[in-house]
Amino acid sequence: MIRLPLWILGALLLGGIVHLSTVLAMPEAATQDAYSRLARMSPVNAVVQLSAPNAQDATMPFMDPAFAVAVCRYDLSAGSLKLSAPVSQAYTSVTFYTRNSVAYYAINDRAAGRRAIELDLMTPVQHAQMPEEEDVTAADRLIIESPTRRGLIVLRALAPEPGLMAMARRALAGAQCRSEPPPQ
Amino acid sequence: MRLFFGSFFTLMVAAAIGLGATWLTLTRGVAFGSLTIGAWTAWPKSGSVDIDPYARATIARTGELPVGAGDGVAFYAHNDDGGNPFDGRCTYVVSGMTPAARYWTLTLYDAQGRLVANTIDRHGFTSAEIVREADGRFVINVGPRARPGNWLPSGGIERFIMVWRLYDTPIGVASLTTKEGPMPAVVRKSCS
Repeated sequence: MIRLPLWILGALLLGGIVHLSTVLAMPEAATQDAYSRLARMSPVNAVVQLSAPNAQDATMPFMDPAFAVAVCRYDLSAGSLKLSAPVSQAYTSVTFYTRNSVAYYAINDRAAGRRAIELDLMTPVQHAQMPEEEDVTAADRLIIESPTRRGLIVLRALAPEPGLMAMARRALAGAQCRSEPPPQ
Repeated sequence: MRLFFGSFFTLMVAAAIGLGATWLTLTRGVAFGSLTIGAWTAWPKSGSVDIDPYARATIARTGELPVGAGDGVAFYAHNDDGGNPFDGRCTYVVSGMTPAARYWTLTLYDAQGRLVANTIDRHGFTSAEIVREADGRFVINVGPRARPGNWLPSGGIERFIMVWRLYDTPIGVASLTTKEGPMPAVVRKSCS
């Protein structure tokens, strides 16, 4: 009977390991995460507008109904990606997520400081392979490094009041993302 | 024989503890680095690469996309200022000021993050459309029955969540202090 506390201690330690490993494995095991939800309705490397959330139906939980939302589900395997998004009158932001929904970069219209948000997305390897002179002439090009090959770019345009939702949607309709094959 | 029963017992208890703890932390929303002002709690790191493993697991399970740190910050409230969980049958008064931000939105959700059905199709307010007092303060009535002024219908559901999102705000990962406030007060008035 003296062994019982030892067995309990062992169970607690093992339980802790089970807990930590399940938490760490969850992002890889999840089948209902944002990327999987969007994979069913959006093509790769193209901007798609999401329908406005309502009480019956929403693409994702906790979407802000004051925003028009468009998504570019990207895959950088074939080359880097060019994104351009005109800014709306009120507030526009672009957020970059990894395959596992980690927001690694976000920029808004004011930080971009222009009438359109324009940037290049590439993997660190593709960035390193860029010709040096191109890097210099492209000083005004914003280059973002994606930590993963696949991920999500989410464009959000605010409708300050419900009547301006059509304006926000029109602004997002001009957004583009397209794959740029590397020069041969 | 004793060894067999001992190992079996240990493995069962370990599985129960481990999976139970995972389930609890992911459904209750345990995450580190929280910033609480009054009834409102935000996790600014959840919108950056410094997101902790619990928040990562939670968003993978629910399927939501957190607000990016360069975009804004989201404050969640499950309770009023008295600590009572929001009840859709009660009327709440949300009033005061918000931290500096270019725009904010207030949205009402059910516990699963769905919008709440109501007759006037209103799920929230933005800072641009709210009716304010002369000094810039505002009063929002959240409840099942129509009110004059800013009325956010709660549809009479049992439990709801309010999310306050500040866009283009200096509040974020760099400023994890409660001096950034004030966030609006949330006071329960009457229950039907």
